[in-house]
Amino acid sequence: MLQYFVRRIVTLFFTLVIASLVIFVSLEIIPGDPASYMLGINAQEDTLQALRQELGLDKPKLERYLEWVKGMLIGDFGVSYTYRAPVIEMVSDRLWVSLPLAVYALILSTLISLPVGIYAAANRGKISDLSVMGVTQIGIAVPNFWFAMLLVYLFAIILRWFSAGGFSGWEAGLFLGLKSLTLPAISLALPQASILARVMRSSLIDTLNEDFIKTARAKGLTQNQALIKHGIRNALIPVLTIIGLQFSFLMAGAIIIENVFFLPGLGRLIFQSIAQRDIIVVESVIMLLVFSVVIVTFLVDVAYVIVDPRLRSSIL
Amino acid sequence: MFSFKFKNKKKNNLSLSFWVGLLFVFIVFLLALISFIWTPYDVTSLVISERFKGPSFSHVLGTDHFGRDILSMIMVGAQTSIAVALVAVGIGIFFGLPLGMIAAAKRGTFFDDLVMRFNDLIFAFPALIIAILITAILGPGAFNAIIAIGIFNIPVFARVARGAALTQWSKEYILAAKVSGKGTFLISIEHIIPNILNLLIVQATIQFSLGILAEAGLSYVGLGAQPPIPSLGRMLADSQTMISIAPHMAIFPGMVIVITVLGLNLIGDGLRDYFDPKLRGSS
Repeated sequence: MLQYFVRRIVTLFFTLVIASLVIFVSLEIIPGDPASYMLGINAQEDTLQALRQELGLDKPKLERYLEWVKGMLIGDFGVSYTYRAPVIEMVSDRLWVSLPLAVYALILSTLISLPVGIYAAANRGKISDLSVMGVTQIGIAVPNFWFAMLLVYLFAIILRWFSAGGFSGWEAGLFLGLKSLTLPAISLALPQASILARVMRSSLIDTLNEDFIKTARAKGLTQNQALIKHGIRNALIPVLTIIGLQFSFLMAGAIIIENVFFLPGLGRLIFQSIAQRDIIVVESVIMLLVFSVVIVTFLVDVAYVIVDPRLRSSIL
Repeated sequence: MFSFKFKNKKKNNLSLSFWVGLLFVFIVFLLALISFIWTPYDVTSLVISERFKGPSFSHVLGTDHFGRDILSMIMVGAQTSIAVALVAVGIGIFFGLPLGMIAAAKRGTFFDDLVMRFNDLIFAFPALIIAILITAILGPGAFNAIIAIGIFNIPVFARVARGAALTQWSKEYILAAKVSGKGTFLISIEHIIPNILNLLIVQATIQFSLGILAEAGLSYVGLGAQPPIPSLGRMLADSQTMISIAPHMAIFPGMVIVITVLGLNLIGDGLRDYFDPKLRGSS
């Protein structure tokens, strides 16, 4: 058990190191000099040189990489080239939009998909199951940003229940904040909910074929009692992994959805920074996202082993 | 050597949903193919007087904000989507399959470990963000979108190929081939690949459909094929601000994406059930 954790943490560490290298190196080859971008095309060569020095762009690449990594370890992500503001502040502002959005979508998708999946599995082969399978098949095929546009058309333009975009800010109150994230969260949740419902269904069907369900039935439980007491709990394991994986999809998927709804989140920050050659911001945001994906995957793996004793023997 | 028949020992027919999927994909492919030689209107000609027209006899799916015919743009746009996704799948197979095959042939060695860790690494990156990063570095355009999507197909095929090849390597007919004096390379080519081909085909269909969605997403944010080449994603981006006056501009291109992706998924599921009936309905 301990050996597994140590091995897992070492892998985690190397993944992060290599990821940071890949991100740093690939951004080094982006054409365009941030200094000349900031000062415009009429800048004098010596002013440019001074700015490069100020930003640390004249230092050797290895030194800059090490400084970047060292800074991130102590929570200092550097200073944005264009806004002259600490990256950590810019990121944490945006994170208060992107993170609630991803969590909101995750909650929606879980709340919708698990009952639907369980219902379909309980009615396997009947019309209701087939229609769930059909609807989820379509749900997987719909691009979430297109679905978002249709939601805007229906709920913001025709029915006028929601605004078509923008974010009220959390200062305006929790309700308004959540309200402006509702359509984005629904559009993010749809494809994920479809996948999750199908995973829940198939996992539960597999579980219902297990011997312990027959035992439960033999000792006098009804089909539904056996399903609820023994089936669902055992079927949840693969579902939990998918939920863990989906969190990273949602964080990344939020980038495009934020564009549809003009939300001031991490996604818009990345696009702006790429366009303005604000490399330090791009680097840090992407590293942050990779970090969160790697950590969530790690936690899911570890949680697995702790929750399900059966898995322990297979990994040691 | 590569004889591969769609034939099963047990009587096991392709499902109805497979044929529906095939029909969907066939329609979209046909539209894309026809657009090489003919479209109802020229997609580059702007007729401002005809703009924002709803569906009618002269413009079956209506016109956009420049008076361009939406059906014609969808036909040419489907070309781009299919080409990008197809080549991206090609990249995945071209690099991923050999990697997976070698890893399986040299299972347990340092190389095998290296390939698997490399896979884990790529999977740790949020694909969409890296695709955005790649197109930001290389510049927007259909070619760079192909690279951005294709890179993420490599570990997928490497993993599927390795996993499937490992099961084959432990089988007795491989032992027989070894005894008859065949080398690792020859066994991989002559015996392993034909036997894992069905899994690869299913995976290719899935990656193809994911590629269509990814291309639509990239060109929606302006990083895919550039104007004047029509692309379904950019048609949707263009329509966004005009959705209140011309909803048809958003509805039809989106429906074509859905039909293509849905069709490919149905084909993938149908083929998987056909190749391995044990898995039927399990996913």
